[in-house]
Amino acid sequence: MKILVPFKRVADPENANKVKVTGAKIETAGLEWKPNPFDEYAIEAALRLTENGTNTKARLGEVTVVTFGPAECDQTLRGALATGADKAIRVDATDDQLDGVIVARALAKIVEQVKPDLVVMGKQTVDSDSNQVGQYLAEFLGWPQITFAISVKNDGGPALEVVRVGDGGVQKVKVTLPAVITVEDRIVNSASVQSAPTPATHKYQDGVRFAPLPAIMQAKKKPLEVKKLADLGIDTTPAVKYQSYEPPPARKAGVKVKTVQELVDKLKNEAKVL
Amino acid sequence: MADILVVAEIVEGQVKKATLSAITFAREASKALGGGFDILAIGLGVEKLAGELGAFGAKKVLVADDAGVKDYVTERFAPVVAAAGKAYGVVVMTATTNGKDLAPRVAAKLNAGYAPDITGFKGDGGKLVYKRPMYAGNAFGWMTVETPIQVVSVRQTDFAPAEPSGGASAVEKVAVSADKAAEQVQFLAFEMVKSERPDLAEAKVVVSGGRSIKEKFMDVLAPLADTLGAAIGASRAACDAGYAPVELQVGQTGKVVAPQLYIAVGISGAIQHLAGMKGSKTIVAINKDPEAPIFQVADYGLVQDLFTAIPELTTAVKAAKG
Repeated sequence: MKILVPFKRVADPENANKVKVTGAKIETAGLEWKPNPFDEYAIEAALRLTENGTNTKARLGEVTVVTFGPAECDQTLRGALATGADKAIRVDATDDQLDGVIVARALAKIVEQVKPDLVVMGKQTVDSDSNQVGQYLAEFLGWPQITFAISVKNDGGPALEVVRVGDGGVQKVKVTLPAVITVEDRIVNSASVQSAPTPATHKYQDGVRFAPLPAIMQAKKKPLEVKKLADLGIDTTPAVKYQSYEPPPARKAGVKVKTVQELVDKLKNEAKVL
Repeated sequence: MADILVVAEIVEGQVKKATLSAITFAREASKALGGGFDILAIGLGVEKLAGELGAFGAKKVLVADDAGVKDYVTERFAPVVAAAGKAYGVVVMTATTNGKDLAPRVAAKLNAGYAPDITGFKGDGGKLVYKRPMYAGNAFGWMTVETPIQVVSVRQTDFAPAEPSGGASAVEKVAVSADKAAEQVQFLAFEMVKSERPDLAEAKVVVSGGRSIKEKFMDVLAPLADTLGAAIGASRAACDAGYAPVELQVGQTGKVVAPQLYIAVGISGAIQHLAGMKGSKTIVAINKDPEAPIFQVADYGLVQDLFTAIPELTTAVKAAKG
């Protein structure tokens, strides 16, 4: 199976409260670049689908990661290659040239070139929080989309059985490839993803895998292709415009109570919520 | 000006309350645009909901009632919305799981830009400017959609549910069609989480727990939640560890809640969790770690071990409520 995983770097989400919001922009200077967590989960899911869980050294498929951005994004791509991805593509572009729709159009072109059986990607990036690229991409390709996936199993046939989160419950679907799947964090739980050769009883370690040192060295030799956004021949007119930004409203400082009884008194008489 | 189309969210034959928030947006936005709004209902048997949906002042209720849309499959719903939506200026969906799944696909079909998960808007000379949270709620952007048709999803917690205004909208049947890609998708099952408790997104009180409660998650929280008539929520860590079902996750990438009272039990307060509950009116944090970041957003903080505090609180709340 050939899988394409789109990948974005974001300002350190653990410190998202340190972004500086001015009227004109959101300043992330001083925050480290990190891979979008949901994209890391997507890579982990893609790797699990292209290996036997009991022998992860032997690759049984191909995972290509693709990102959009300046040359410094190569470092993020090398990180993905070190964890096990086979190939990488960077579409050279600056952030102000891109929005979700442009990225989806560009990805549709990359899909034409790479010809994957499946696109696996994070359900959203945690900077813009838009949750849209996978859905746009699926429509541009005319492929089915399965969003918010928490489990993907391949029994060896041409279809995948996917569990996705719905409102008030979970939905089970069977999807015949090619398709776009966007993933939740639970996709990296120990038994969430199962490739055809992986025994049903196999349990992975929870979470995403880390690259051992030799793999980091080897990753430097894996193919990393650079393409130009302009060469993809897509419409790059932005569909939306951000006019201004503002910080969230501040909450007034709270108080510490000493006992449960004091808490209940405050809730009843001060906040009047009981 | 162009009219607005609201896509109702219907689950198991019932109009989800999130739809009423989307109607509130449509009512206000149609005033700013100087037009009206219609409502689209999709699903098998939804024709019988036309009366209920027709009481909110919409010009028309469009009904796509067909066995082909019995279960929610994106590739069967999106073409129905897009076919109806091309006659409108703004197509509105709920920012629920299914709404977020559907809206961008509809937008792609309509060559439209998309304003996701909006929490507010203003009319600027006949043009809508949308407000939406970014960076886990640590920034808000004001944005416009520059395409002839605009697609929007509305965050339920930021628009009050619409009250019926009386009257009856005209009912019009619309045909259904499916994407070719629908042939690749076989719906197997929807497993609803049956609960006697209120819906997380709609509850007035939410009791939410963290990973530190461990296996006894429900045993510890249920008596307090039931005493308060509350919904139960959970941190991402509690869900990831399997202590709580994933549908209960509150946060940037889970459910966004804004109840009258939010009680965070053993939750440290990671940024992505705060994004899902910071809009709550009164926040209580109970955590034995006095340095937990959750205390920075809490109106009332109690530094105590949750395993002693929660049973005690349950008893005290019972007494206080008489």
